[in-house]
Amino acid sequence: MYDVAVIGAGIVGTSIARELSRYDLNVVVIEKSSDVANGSTKANSGIVHAGYDAKEGTLKAKFNVLGSEMYEEICRELDVPYKRNGSLVIAFNDEDLRHIEMLYKRGLANGVRELEIIDKNKVLSLEPNVQDNVVGALYAKTGAIVSPFELAIALAENANQNGVEFMLSTQVVRVYKEKDVFTIETSQGIIKSRYLVNAAGLFADDINDMLGGEKFRIIPRRGEYCLFDKAVGGIVTRTIFQTPTNKGKGILVSPTVHGNLFVGPNAVEMDRRDDVSTTKEGLDEVLRGGSRSVKGLNQRDVITSFTGIRATPDKRDFIINIPTPNAVNAAGIESPGLTASVAIAPYVVSLIEEQGLKLIKKGSFIATRQNTKLFINMSEDEKREVLSKNPMYGRIICRCEHITEGDIISAIRRPLGAKSVDGVKRRVRAGMGRCQGGFCMPRVVEILARELNISLTEVKKSDEGSFILTGKTK
Amino acid sequence: MKRDLVIIGGGPAGLAAAIEAKKNGIDDILILERDKRLGGILQQCIHNGFGLHIFKEQLTGPEYAQRFIDEVEKLKIEYKLDTMVLHLSENKHITVLNPKDGIVEIDAKAVILAMGCRERTRGALNIPGSRPAGVFTAGAAQRFVNMEGYMVGKKVVILGSGDIGLIMARRMTLEGAEVKMVVELMPYSTGLKRNIVQCLEDFDIPLLFSHTVVKIHGRERVEGVTIAAVDENRRPIEGTEQYVECDTLLLSVGLIPENELSREANIKLNPVTSGPYVNELMETSVDGIFACGNVVHVHDLVDYVTEESYLAGYGASKYINGEYIKDETGFITKTGFGIRYVVPNRINPKNVKDKVNFYMRVNDVYNNVDLVVRDGDRIVYKVRRNHVSPGEMENVKLSKDVLEKVEGDELIFALEEVAK
Repeated sequence: MYDVAVIGAGIVGTSIARELSRYDLNVVVIEKSSDVANGSTKANSGIVHAGYDAKEGTLKAKFNVLGSEMYEEICRELDVPYKRNGSLVIAFNDEDLRHIEMLYKRGLANGVRELEIIDKNKVLSLEPNVQDNVVGALYAKTGAIVSPFELAIALAENANQNGVEFMLSTQVVRVYKEKDVFTIETSQGIIKSRYLVNAAGLFADDINDMLGGEKFRIIPRRGEYCLFDKAVGGIVTRTIFQTPTNKGKGILVSPTVHGNLFVGPNAVEMDRRDDVSTTKEGLDEVLRGGSRSVKGLNQRDVITSFTGIRATPDKRDFIINIPTPNAVNAAGIESPGLTASVAIAPYVVSLIEEQGLKLIKKGSFIATRQNTKLFINMSEDEKREVLSKNPMYGRIICRCEHITEGDIISAIRRPLGAKSVDGVKRRVRAGMGRCQGGFCMPRVVEILARELNISLTEVKKSDEGSFILTGKTK
Repeated sequence: MKRDLVIIGGGPAGLAAAIEAKKNGIDDILILERDKRLGGILQQCIHNGFGLHIFKEQLTGPEYAQRFIDEVEKLKIEYKLDTMVLHLSENKHITVLNPKDGIVEIDAKAVILAMGCRERTRGALNIPGSRPAGVFTAGAAQRFVNMEGYMVGKKVVILGSGDIGLIMARRMTLEGAEVKMVVELMPYSTGLKRNIVQCLEDFDIPLLFSHTVVKIHGRERVEGVTIAAVDENRRPIEGTEQYVECDTLLLSVGLIPENELSREANIKLNPVTSGPYVNELMETSVDGIFACGNVVHVHDLVDYVTEESYLAGYGASKYINGEYIKDETGFITKTGFGIRYVVPNRINPKNVKDKVNFYMRVNDVYNNVDLVVRDGDRIVYKVRRNHVSPGEMENVKLSKDVLEKVEGDELIFALEEVAK
């Protein structure tokens, strides 16, 4: 019997799990995918929003601003790359200018610090590659960037280190409540828990229905992205937004924490929640949209493209409520959800507490992770030290990102370690570079097979069925 | 550590350069190879057809490589395996890493870049669709099949008619896979004619010109691809889409010289070849840093890589021995009609031993043309070609005395059409 079961291991579920791991509780996280951060979390913009976007008084506004303030500290604790690079909402005409003026006022009302409206010359002196027809911009110095899946993985690892159990590849089939206990039927058997958190992302409406909560629907919205080579990563240093229109926030252009550049997303409503394919129209739209903002984007420099699906609620705000006593919904956490999630977590925990769960802080809680630094990011002294203990750090496997065999082994062996090629990639970046795994993928497959003690044909790219090799040669 | 000559890369280019430098009196040579053995990509090219120009016989890739490895061993040239170069600076300071020695800092008198090239990926083409397992570059698939002994799929579509793709079409067929088709964006093949005959025609594998893959299907593993015909601007033509069921997509869509280290050392790169500009001794724009093989421009025959690398080894030896004349005499090479690029880019005839072999690629398919080299209005060299294609590298040898007679600042290589 668990004290709390969290359904979903995206950025929301992992944030809540880590928050719960501070207390003396039996906690389980149930995730249908074979790895954490495998849904909306793995494919989104990675922006820590300053907080001027959401309407005053909404949950979005409240948790955005709170979350933005918490980010630096959490990323420092967990050793996750985070950079306060600032953001610009650029205007091309008078109408845009009026709009950013409104955003400025809204930002002040929401409590956003260090907001400023700047003129054309200032924009171009900060970002010379912004298109010359810019007329002004809203400059938010507190805007930041983060690697969303690395953060979710770090939160999950840290929660796991502090005692939270994770059941991966476990799909929830049915939930019902008897007396004061939730019975959760899953593809891996029955789980019982006294409290339950619904952080099921795109599927949160289904779980809410099982819990008998007030109806809402999650509308999947596709957003396509193009990721550019590090060679052009310096085109802009700040995140460049276009002035939002009634069609949405528009295409943004931003550096990533690892020095690449990305452009996206578009926004297309869709029927299916699991279709992460990209389309020609979408990728063209994204590249065209990016070029409206900045100069020098060339399709030749794209190293990969991908689709993320946002969990947009049919209400206008996040849905954080009590569907049935002893349960909490954390649903519809669309943009600025990545930013908000770290602030939503303590709030959700407080809602569980209000319903009777006793929270006793444990003395054994450790807020940091061990041995997370990649070889290439170590100081010269650290490099020499790690090499003297483990020569595997002397073998580069991923040539593009300079990731060593030691880094990859560590990604596999650490708590909730990588079990697939994508799992390795998202933990330590092997295969994320310009050759996209062309050279290192066969080596990563070998290392995974050796470390997990399985045959090469059993190694998967990602989930069940994504096998890489079909058998031995004749 | 101080070394006279450091060679980055132990493939065919690095090995040949090392041998030639040694034969020209350089004793202190170190080859740095990132793989576990010397020989480079040749080790996974188990088909034959290598060495026809250099050895006048048909060798497999590993056999061709072994001849040079044996020579390196015989000449007692030092090499480090499993060793990656992390940094290279303009003043020839090199930081390397391997499991045995850890981090080693080296100062070299001269450096030869021989890092080879890498394959273009799906990302560079921006092919829409899902991102399942089963999409491989042809070279990665070749490594799995030939080095590890594992098959990458059963029903295969190959995009691009580059040589590795053609070779893999035959290899996968021989291993029992069904290769459904090779799809080529251009109206001509980018691979060698002999590979089209021996790897596709002999096995009845269809080759579709002016077609491309417009979508990849399948959630976890590839389930199929949509192909479409393209117009003269290489844009897919609506209404020509066709679904092809397959579990594997191999990409053979071009090779890119690997010049990350060259960029770090501020070496000037030619945007057409993506490799360094080089001179008559294969020296780059940075003093004492030479380059050869696929890091300079992508070759189709290893024999030419070897020739070019001998020259780089010779050049580095002249440099180290102080016999290299650096003055402003000489000329640059330029391309005219029909020629996409020519290597080398600058010639000082004083340093030329006996001749320079100019390598070039044409930019389209042409029949019955003259390949002409001009010094101003004067024709320096002219040769008739019945058929030229971007997939087959052209070369022109000009002797030292011909080069010494060039009066202008530039030598222009061009095609002159006799008739369509």
